[in-house]
Amino acid sequence: MIYLSLLWSFMQIGLFSIGGGYAALPLIQHQAIDVNGWLTMQSFSDIMTISQMTPGPIAINAATFVGIQVAGIPGALVATFGCILPSSLIVTALAWVYYRFKGLDAVQSVISGLRPAVVAMIATAALSLISLAFFGSESYSGSVNTANVILFCLAFAVLRIWHPSPMIVMAGTGIAGLIWGII
Amino acid sequence: MEKKRKSLLTLFLTTLEISAFTFGGGYVIIPLMRRTFVGKLGWIDEGEMLDLTAIAQSAPGPIAVNAAILIGYRTGGIAGAAVSALGAVLPPLVIISIISAFYQAFRSNRYVSLAMTAMSAGVAAVVVDVVIAMAWDILKRKKLLPAVMMAVVFVLVGFLDVSVIAMMIAAAGAGYLSYIHGKRRGI
Repeated sequence: MIYLSLLWSFMQIGLFSIGGGYAALPLIQHQAIDVNGWLTMQSFSDIMTISQMTPGPIAINAATFVGIQVAGIPGALVATFGCILPSSLIVTALAWVYYRFKGLDAVQSVISGLRPAVVAMIATAALSLISLAFFGSESYSGSVNTANVILFCLAFAVLRIWHPSPMIVMAGTGIAGLIWGII
Repeated sequence: MEKKRKSLLTLFLTTLEISAFTFGGGYVIIPLMRRTFVGKLGWIDEGEMLDLTAIAQSAPGPIAVNAAILIGYRTGGIAGAAVSALGAVLPPLVIISIISAFYQAFRSNRYVSLAMTAMSAGVAAVVVDVVIAMAWDILKRKKLLPAVMMAVVFVLVGFLDVSVIAMMIAAAGAGYLSYIHGKRRGI
């Protein structure tokens, strides 16, 4: 049943995205693209783009988007609920532990131990996004979209040097793409 | 009773407002929550807010939702937690629902497609920028183990298709072992 698999997938995404924000990326990619085939790499990249320009956590945005595409509004509700269910239970349990024992030493050190793995996994998601932007597919092959390679380098340089809000970068690349395409 | 209902409503509207107007996720939303719940409403004191932030960041899942649940729970019990979770989730749920409903039609439009294709380069740059900042944060401590772990996980997940979930469980186990080990050595 589709609702159950949405619930189960997004529960796993909610449970294993540790370290906030971008940590959800590799998990969404794994569950929604690789395991269930609900998204293409293209629509995954689109959701990321939309997420940069709308409020709300990436995981919730992805849950809503995938839910709607797969099973309409009820699907969106189920996926979003699944996404926050594990964390709401765990956050409550952690609050209890925290006030009981005045600290989360063990939990925090496990998380700092996890961090290199999380960064590495986000990096793999980044590679897929680069491949899509450059080749229009995930397979690192086909003709190179030169405009996108230039835009990527520019956007990256701007981000590294001036640290603007990602929204500015998104707007900038979008406008540049439009002008380029029309000319 | 009347007062409690009023504060639940305030709680809902406040988390709704913060969630609807905050771009950029957990790290941006927590200072905003502090300004509202510690400063404007005075429902939580500064020290407690720091504690709640630490807990929200330690739990899995979206930090913004975790923080909303914790603040809701501290100010209104279970009902408060439910109400503020709803407030935090509703804006993205509604906004993305509307966008998804028009997605197919939008996406096939020539101009939208031109912009989205170019923005896929922008979003890739944003994620690469985040990865470099995070990786640098780890590398600058000049410890061998985390650097090796980062490289190994990257190869395993990126090129040998090891499942991310299996990898997270293994990494959590490794994190716990190194914690136990550190404790035994009395660090």
